[in-house]
Amino acid sequence: MNAGTLLDIASWLLMSAGGVFILVGGIGALRLPDLYTRMHAAGVTDSIAPALILGGLMLQSGLTLATVKLVAILLFLLLTGPTASNALASASLLAGNRTELAKPYSEEDDR
Amino acid sequence: MTIVFSLFLLTLLVVTAVAIVRTSDLFAAVMLSGIFSLMLAATFFLFDAPDVALTEAAVGAGISTVLLLGALSLTAASEHASSRNRVLALFVVITTTLTVIYATFDKPAFGDPAAPIHQHVAPWYFDTTREAIDIPNVVTAVLASFRGYDTLGEVFVVFTAGIGVLFLLGSPGNKPRKSSADARGLRHYLIPRMVGRMLIPFILLFALYVQFHGDFSPGGGFQAGAIFAAAMILYSLLEGEKRALAAVPSAWLHAMIAAGALIYGGVGVVTMLLGGNFLDYSVLSQDPIAGQHLGIILIEAGVGITVAGVLLSVYHAFAARDSS
Repeated sequence: MNAGTLLDIASWLLMSAGGVFILVGGIGALRLPDLYTRMHAAGVTDSIAPALILGGLMLQSGLTLATVKLVAILLFLLLTGPTASNALASASLLAGNRTELAKPYSEEDDR
Repeated sequence: MTIVFSLFLLTLLVVTAVAIVRTSDLFAAVMLSGIFSLMLAATFFLFDAPDVALTEAAVGAGISTVLLLGALSLTAASEHASSRNRVLALFVVITTTLTVIYATFDKPAFGDPAAPIHQHVAPWYFDTTREAIDIPNVVTAVLASFRGYDTLGEVFVVFTAGIGVLFLLGSPGNKPRKSSADARGLRHYLIPRMVGRMLIPFILLFALYVQFHGDFSPGGGFQAGAIFAAAMILYSLLEGEKRALAAVPSAWLHAMIAAGALIYGGVGVVTMLLGGNFLDYSVLSQDPIAGQHLGIILIEAGVGITVAGVLLSVYHAFAARDSS
């Protein structure tokens, strides 16, 4: 097995893993109960998933200008994605949305 | 594979369009129209039209969404229910759709090399670009040189639209509204501000790259102007109107709107004074090809300046209005 095949397999694995994370994020965004948990799922699709997919693409393109551009895109996504999630969550908190899952403890829940 | 992917995207486009029509929440409609534009940009890219895709992504998905949100902050958040003339509207839409579908039967198949569009002037553009203009991106050659009149017209459309909006909404001048939270922007949100501070210089640099690399790769004045305006709008959202207007004052923006259109028209007048036709760049230099390069860079700069000026002025005009 030569180096080219190994690279192909590695990039195939990375891109498939990225695809799986996007699928998981999509299912989570549809199925989870409230905004914050959905954002938690959607956050996967713009942090780890593009990192894996772009990593796979970098292995495919080798040491070329295309890889430099992919690194730039990856850095941009890793900076903007979590920032957008953070801004969305703070906006939602400011608007008065509270999560359903973390109700403050009260005596009545026990009865 | 490409055909599967484009069918997938086109189906999603229809789904999104129906969702935009069905929703009565205007905020959701604006967001959906941004998504629509982004998918349309991907579709254009699949159809090997990266220049158009870049424009659609920058203007349609980026700036239009921001401007629509700006407009939305001045109006109600949900659509008024209207039941008048529904039958008539339905009739018109169905008739138009059927006519358009009927007309597509006469069209050549997608990518057909014998289609009239590939037989008419397109081969001539390709051959002549190699001989007379000698830049790799034929789209830029067609847009800036062969069809320079059309692009001049487009710049004046943008110019007129900007002036129209400024007349309707009024120019904010250099005084942002007082005692409003919006005038301070998001300055108390540390994370977006810091990330924005890191990214904005690179976005501005990328705008310049798109502007001046348009001869060699997808890009040009329209896209670069939109990206430049987007970076300044981001700055204004994060640091507040006041600082944004201190960085690029309204008066500069108004000067930019006029200057870009003037540069474009001025190049045309100079070529006439040098003995050529209007917008015939070959006379700008001893070497006709160098003249073409110079002319294209100058008029693309004019396009970029006008587009950036108009988009930023319109944004500031929206932002200066009180939503009450």
